[in-house]
Amino acid sequence: MPPNPKPATPLDLPDELRQKIDAIVSRYPESPRAAVLMVLHSLQGRFGYISEDGIRWTAERLGLEPVKVLEVVSFYPGFHQHPVGRLHFRVCRTLSCAMAGSIELMEKLCELKGIDIKAMHGHRNPVLVSDDGEVSVEYAECLAACGFAPVCMVNHDTHEHLTADKAADLLGQYRAKSGETSAAH
Amino acid sequence: MPVEEALLPKDLAAAEGMVNVQINGVWHRFPKGTRLIEAIGKSGDEVPHYCYHPKLSSPGNCRMCMVEIGMPARLAPGAEPTYDDEGYLPIQWMPRPAISCATMVSENLGVRTKSTLVEEARHGVMEFLLANHPLDCPICDQAGECRLQEFAVGHGRGGSRFVEQKTKKPKNVDIGPRIRLDDERCIMCSRCIRFMDEVAMDPVLGFSERGGYTTLGVHPGRKLDHNYGLNTVDICPVGALTCNDFRFQMRVWFLKETPSIDTNCGTGINTVIWTRNDQVYRITPRENNDVNSCWMPDSHRLNFHYLHGQHRLTSSLVRDGDHHRSAPSHNAAGKVASALKSAPKGTAALVVSSRLTNEEMFLAKRLAEKCGISAIATVPREGEADDYLVAADRNPNTQGFLRIFGDQDRAATLQSLRDDVRSGKIRTLLTLQEDLLAPEAGFTQDDLEKLDFLASLHLLDNGTAAAADVVLAGSGFPENRGSMINVTGRLQRLNRAINPPGEALTNWEWLATLLRETGADVFDGEAAAFKALAASDELWQDLTLARIPDNGIQLYETGIKIPLVERERERIARGEING
Amino acid sequence: MDSIRYIAGKEPHPRERRMIFRNVDREGWDTRFATYVADGGYLELRKALAMKPAEVTAEVRTSGLRGRGGAGFPTGVKWTFIPPDNTKPVYLICNADESEPGTFKDRYILHQDPHQLLEGMAIAAYAVGARKAFIYIREEFPDAARILEEAIDEAVRENILGENILGTEFSLEIIVHRGAGAYICGEETGLIESLEGKRPYPRIKPPYFPAALGLWMCPTIVNNVETLCHVKHVIAMGGSEYAAVGTRNNSGTRILCVSGDVVKPGYYEIEVGRMTLGELIDDVCGGMRPGRALKAVIPGGSSSKVLRGDETFTIRTPDGASSGLALRDIPLDFDTLAACGSMAGSGGVIVIDDSRSISWVLNNINAFYAHESCGQCTPCREGALWMRKITDRVVEGRGTPTDIDTLLSIAGQIEGRTICAFGEACAWPTQSFIHKFRDELTGATSEDNAAKASNPEAVAQRRYLAEAAAAGSAR
Repeated sequence: MPPNPKPATPLDLPDELRQKIDAIVSRYPESPRAAVLMVLHSLQGRFGYISEDGIRWTAERLGLEPVKVLEVVSFYPGFHQHPVGRLHFRVCRTLSCAMAGSIELMEKLCELKGIDIKAMHGHRNPVLVSDDGEVSVEYAECLAACGFAPVCMVNHDTHEHLTADKAADLLGQYRAKSGETSAAH
Repeated sequence: MPVEEALLPKDLAAAEGMVNVQINGVWHRFPKGTRLIEAIGKSGDEVPHYCYHPKLSSPGNCRMCMVEIGMPARLAPGAEPTYDDEGYLPIQWMPRPAISCATMVSENLGVRTKSTLVEEARHGVMEFLLANHPLDCPICDQAGECRLQEFAVGHGRGGSRFVEQKTKKPKNVDIGPRIRLDDERCIMCSRCIRFMDEVAMDPVLGFSERGGYTTLGVHPGRKLDHNYGLNTVDICPVGALTCNDFRFQMRVWFLKETPSIDTNCGTGINTVIWTRNDQVYRITPRENNDVNSCWMPDSHRLNFHYLHGQHRLTSSLVRDGDHHRSAPSHNAAGKVASALKSAPKGTAALVVSSRLTNEEMFLAKRLAEKCGISAIATVPREGEADDYLVAADRNPNTQGFLRIFGDQDRAATLQSLRDDVRSGKIRTLLTLQEDLLAPEAGFTQDDLEKLDFLASLHLLDNGTAAAADVVLAGSGFPENRGSMINVTGRLQRLNRAINPPGEALTNWEWLATLLRETGADVFDGEAAAFKALAASDELWQDLTLARIPDNGIQLYETGIKIPLVERERERIARGEING
Repeated sequence: MDSIRYIAGKEPHPRERRMIFRNVDREGWDTRFATYVADGGYLELRKALAMKPAEVTAEVRTSGLRGRGGAGFPTGVKWTFIPPDNTKPVYLICNADESEPGTFKDRYILHQDPHQLLEGMAIAAYAVGARKAFIYIREEFPDAARILEEAIDEAVRENILGENILGTEFSLEIIVHRGAGAYICGEETGLIESLEGKRPYPRIKPPYFPAALGLWMCPTIVNNVETLCHVKHVIAMGGSEYAAVGTRNNSGTRILCVSGDVVKPGYYEIEVGRMTLGELIDDVCGGMRPGRALKAVIPGGSSSKVLRGDETFTIRTPDGASSGLALRDIPLDFDTLAACGSMAGSGGVIVIDDSRSISWVLNNINAFYAHESCGQCTPCREGALWMRKITDRVVEGRGTPTDIDTLLSIAGQIEGRTICAFGEACAWPTQSFIHKFRDELTGATSEDNAAKASNPEAVAQRRYLAEAAAAGSAR
């Protein structure tokens, strides 16, 4: 399957992003396949997750079988195959953060958004989305700020020393921020 | 006489491109570049393994083939090596086992395959592989040829310490028209993925998820429908991939294995025919690195059900007015022989299929000579080569036909026979394993009606049989014994795996009977026919049918190459696979 | 150094020696090219470009610099592993996939001092003959990826990167490549597979040593962020002078990342071996939390073997004598920690006090490794998840005393049997926690639990054992 700069699978991409992806792929003349993570990041940046069409589009763009893209997407927790909330919380579950109270932080976030914490149990760090779609939560493994635990990422921002008692405030801050944004529109 | 400086074993070996390897205390010599797992195999020992396959890349993931290895100690600068009495360096054993599938032999390498370290490593891997493996052996098709079962006996602990919930994964997954997947049985050896990536070059298989939840599958909407897909079932060491056609049909330990060759095209893929009570249950490829490596196309391996289908002829028929009635074999053969014999010169013809063996063709030629028949044609069967194993020539023995009946333009000969039938010149015709109404033969119903006498030797009740005056119930490929020459010029042997059903006879028996009816001497079996044939052709002179090696023998080169085999040779040359 | 001022509340501890972290939390500092150059940045690159590549490598060898990613392998030696007759392109990869639990040093270099890394990379690329380099950065550092890309763009504009750098024949393209959240990508061959766009399954070694058969089967050097930054300082100081920093065979500074139950966790850059574990915990980190005692230390990231707070180690000195060493007296270098049965690893020190349950800590670590096992090879894939399932039960009060032996045995079946070092990483915590805290772990289990388990596997095993015992033939 040769790479195709114009994949047949329909995907609603702005021209600017298409050009950005072309530029990304052109950085890997040795093998377009090497661009797969970066292309997927671009798609997730646009859509919030990697859809089935996204996988097919990426496969066609890079000249791969779709299963080879699925192999990658499903391996990395950094890629979501289903929509996440507008605010995506990644709570570090690993030792230093857990010792500092990240489990309690997760419980608090779930309580605040009415998410069933029981579904969090298991071995695979599932993504849980609140009914209103505002918030999604998942456990992350070591976010590399252990000295300032507990650590939690909200979308692209990293928050340190985020104990459970600060959860409501943080949520409020993001709501206020998005309120400003929507007011500006 | 001056004393020559004694040559050490390493020098003697190096002069021949070899290295010395000590396996379980005994020194062996292997060519440089040999993989340790193959070297150990050659030494007479066996290394249990799952992921390693000589025709595929070696990821080293199953960890079952670990052995204890050691090398000579690295010398301090300036130090002189001290050789033992036999001329070898003392071996320093490594504390950790190494995988033998990816280790290359080297000079003075030491290997232990039966040490405590090795046994413990194997115990560990076996326990891990069985921890989450379902215990559904009683209903698993792989039972009897499952590597987990095999190695659990030799290298397992017996009991299980695993008391946790087993990991749940998809079962009975439809991943393609011919293959079913059970992910709980899968041990993630990745053989199937590597086969589809590297040999079939249709990379539709892949792993999703990760860690203990790693799951084999196809992408939603995609199917494993490649014509070489069933090879993944052959190489799956467990029951994760099973063949829909063979699923739940028979326990493998009841089946008899007969090595033979495929007759669906001119490649003559080497096969094993698996049978019980004169019934074929499955056909699998047999390794032959000059013909088909370890592989075969699905279309060929599954093409045997017609042998046991409703159109199979189980007794001979003779025309009685406007219908046929069953007839004893000698009766039917007698009618055919006398029709051929009594036909005026130049009015009888033979159609000799290029699906017949050399021995059958040789008898047909004798028959023609005896009856004074000179009009002999075969049916060319041309398709497209598939760039893997399937040859453009869909007849398995065109080379044999040309050798026995002489080089010729087969299409033109057949055309002229059709013309002669149409013009009424040919009035008596015997067809040997060809349906004349099939498109490639090109005869019409009208053509056949013009004949005074038509006889068909075939295993199926086809259009030609319906039009024939006498129908001889013949045999199919697993019922025949004999030789064929493939498109590259390789002589190979077809072995008899089952007997023809009912009163059907083998093609050989029919031809022998016809010859006898014409009063000719008949050979005492296929081997005798081969001997007579070989005597008339310098290429085969020294051979007998029984002495054709299981992997055949190259008689001459036609110049035709088998693309898959060529690619495999290139990969071996590049060091990607062992081969 | 005297002129440098740090942000109030983030000043370095007086015992620190800041080389790599010189500009971290520095007042008035930002990531712009101009800021870096005004501070003397890229002078070492100019210096290196005036040398022969082999001379640069020789300086790095002389410096004794050891990799800061975990294994502590001599960097200059690693560079010389590229086959001398190589004709293929050579690649340099900066491993910025920092993800060993307890380690968080690279984050601050990447976010606050990207040009230091770029300079180190440019020097290293020049030395090894690479014309193309990658920064494989973990997905959880999206801002750092953006900062690095901006820094690269600036450097290219200033002819510090790109074609004919500073008017020389040397050209270098650096590409920022983002990972997507996988610990295994810290393993260099896993990283290479990931960069190639495949699942990050580590490769078998032999034959796939990256210096010979790395990215796209070309020679590839993979170095950690901190290591590459050190290269700049090696060139600045000269190899011999650099080697004098720290202690013999453990040269330079290293950044220790302290987390867990101390008053002042954080990052501290010290001369290797010139501080003891006790000084780090009690002086630099302000000691244990009030009223708490030191129970255990994981000294080099979560995969390093745990040390007991009250432990004394017998150390053999180079002259053959042996001496007793209390935990707090261990000098923080590569070799002593190894002699104590653990390792300096990635520099992540996790301090555990007496309020913590050991079974809970072990279970948390096992959960990490079960989640991060790539699943390629059998022992790690099956063993890591099995160990987690067992400690899950122990933590829930459903463990039995035999579980502890089973855990130890599973870990032993993983260690040394896997494709990559993840096998050791996931086995060592279990092995060391059981060796050091067996009584506490056994105390968390109960004999009675064996008869209570109701899942089919446990029921079947009970029946098997009972029947075998009755038949007198338990195998």
